[in-house]
Amino acid sequence: MSTAALQIALVGNPNCGKTALFNQLTGRRQKVANYAGVTIERKEGHYTAPSGRSVRVLDLPGAYSLAAASPDEAITRDIVMGRYPGESIPDLIVCVADATNLRLHLRFVLELSRLGRPMLLALNMMDAAKRRGIRIDTVALARELGMPVVETIAVKRGGAAGLIAEVDAAMPGPPTRLAADADLHARVRALLADTVSVPRRTAAIDDALDRIVLHPMLGLAILAVVMFLIFQAVFSWATPLHDGIDAGMRAFGEWVRAQLPAGALRSLLIDGVIAGLGAVLVFLPQILILFLFILVLEESGYLPRAAFLLDRLMRGAGLTGRSFIPLLSSFACAIPGIMATRSITDPRDRLATILVAPLMTCSARLPVYTLLIAAFIPQRTVGGLFGLQGLVLFTLYVAGILSALGVAWVIKRMRRDQGEHALMMELPSYRMPHPRDIAIGLYERGMIFLRRVGGIILALTVLLWFLSSFPGAPAGATEPAIYYSLAGIIGRGLHAIFAPLGFNWQICIALVPGMAAREVAVASLATVYALGGNEDGLQAIVASQWSLATALSLLAWYVFAPMCISTLATVRRETNSWRNVWMLAGYLFGLAYLASLATYQIARLLS
Amino acid sequence: MGASATVLQVEDNGPDDAIAQRLRDLGFVAGEPVRVVALGPLGADPMLVQIGYTRFALRRAEAARVRIDTTAAVGIMDGAA
Repeated sequence: MSTAALQIALVGNPNCGKTALFNQLTGRRQKVANYAGVTIERKEGHYTAPSGRSVRVLDLPGAYSLAAASPDEAITRDIVMGRYPGESIPDLIVCVADATNLRLHLRFVLELSRLGRPMLLALNMMDAAKRRGIRIDTVALARELGMPVVETIAVKRGGAAGLIAEVDAAMPGPPTRLAADADLHARVRALLADTVSVPRRTAAIDDALDRIVLHPMLGLAILAVVMFLIFQAVFSWATPLHDGIDAGMRAFGEWVRAQLPAGALRSLLIDGVIAGLGAVLVFLPQILILFLFILVLEESGYLPRAAFLLDRLMRGAGLTGRSFIPLLSSFACAIPGIMATRSITDPRDRLATILVAPLMTCSARLPVYTLLIAAFIPQRTVGGLFGLQGLVLFTLYVAGILSALGVAWVIKRMRRDQGEHALMMELPSYRMPHPRDIAIGLYERGMIFLRRVGGIILALTVLLWFLSSFPGAPAGATEPAIYYSLAGIIGRGLHAIFAPLGFNWQICIALVPGMAAREVAVASLATVYALGGNEDGLQAIVASQWSLATALSLLAWYVFAPMCISTLATVRRETNSWRNVWMLAGYLFGLAYLASLATYQIARLLS
Repeated sequence: MGASATVLQVEDNGPDDAIAQRLRDLGFVAGEPVRVVALGPLGADPMLVQIGYTRFALRRAEAARVRIDTTAAVGIMDGAA
């Protein structure tokens, strides 16, 4: 890094097109990390100016005001004021404002100009402004503000040329000083009156679309269709990719098996490392498909509208309108769901959403449900219409949703911060999403998952392999090898705790490797019953050897059980706190235990 | 819905009301034309309010802080009314 590199920071209101401008400036030369100690994204990139000078660009979180109302806004405030530990004060502040929304955005420009730092103003979205007949006298505006003003179109090739040229020019002096007691709103009004002409306050297309999209009936119908599409996509479209990756990793494992001599090393490679890598990679299709939808909805301006429609409903349970999509996604898998909570700006609402997301019945529970329902619930119709098996499955889903509402309600009552947290959410103009911004967003999400969550999942999978493999079975062993391993010893120890739930020792052992992923529990049961991976025979064994009470108890257990280390790893990364992980695992375990205990004891009394 | 009113002031709900301060920063200041554009489907909550060139979704408790004058309906700049 040359010492002559210029450091600029993009600052502006949310929805000013700042990140699109950042993508335009830096392309793929960007790095996404977190600010030290917090889970707020720090986006930095660089480009080479026409003069040959290297320019480092920091894309600061969007803010409405330096009177910060969220952790994101506090970061922006502290960095532009040069008081964020470990971050140097930017040489030049590039203030980005939406040219169609100057009444709001110019106030923040004036607030920033009070810092007295070198600054320039980029009037972004000039294409939309021209379409709406908005005319801006940039020369007069630059004179009044005392800073260079350039026009940009972040979504058009070469749309930042004026900005690049201005950054390369001589460093501007401090902007026009405002009186300490100046009324910023009055100043904005005067500036607008002198330099800007706006034919109408809103875009006609926004008014027309909002009349439909926010309509109490029609709007909800559209939302239902959108949600159904997302749910279908994450659930069904990802499945072939998911199965493909799974089969590919298995085939790779078999290929390695053929190359190496039998032994602990081969087992470690195949059942530990390759299986662990597979466990990480299978999540990618769901994550990418979900985020494709979320990014398109967010960029187009629909996501805040969906939150508007659902806010009242979700608030009853102590959540927010923005909680809905993460929770819906969690029906496919809690991991993309928890990652999707990034669109919830309020930290308290976000944590509550993360804590209840694992209660949504994820697709990994289905193999367990299917096995037990097929083995124990007779194929009968109820009321001549519904299959009993389907009804039981439906009940399990509803149990998850109801308990999520209950837990969210309890969290709302118990948290220390009982203050009012505002919605105050801007509904921006509708926009056509730009493919480049979507592609960069998807790439970032994928890399964040692989780098930050993948490592933990891989390490824990290897650990579970170790527990299930050592020590090996003694000579003349009558039970399957896993019985004698550490996992077996732990599982048999757990039997004392789980006996009141009706769990036999085979179930208890299967629970240990089953922590890797819920569906692994079924494969582990097959191993414990020495079926050598033959899962078809498992149903018969289970049906003949288990009581109905035990089966119902295990079903209840899986509605709540926190047995998915990938979810716990994601929560650790997304909240940057082990405390939250323990809280989540603790309450899920407690609920699972109580629900199973009640189910088993009641079922035994009734039978 | 749709009739324009004028903001009189934003009232603080208790000392150091950050929400009231934020409303003022967003442009809810005396003399500014304001208009309710849409209402949420459940209990007409939240409400969508047009202030300046921007639309904000405000919950009832947030919107209740904004005192408005409905008599002097202003038409200037209010092309969307």
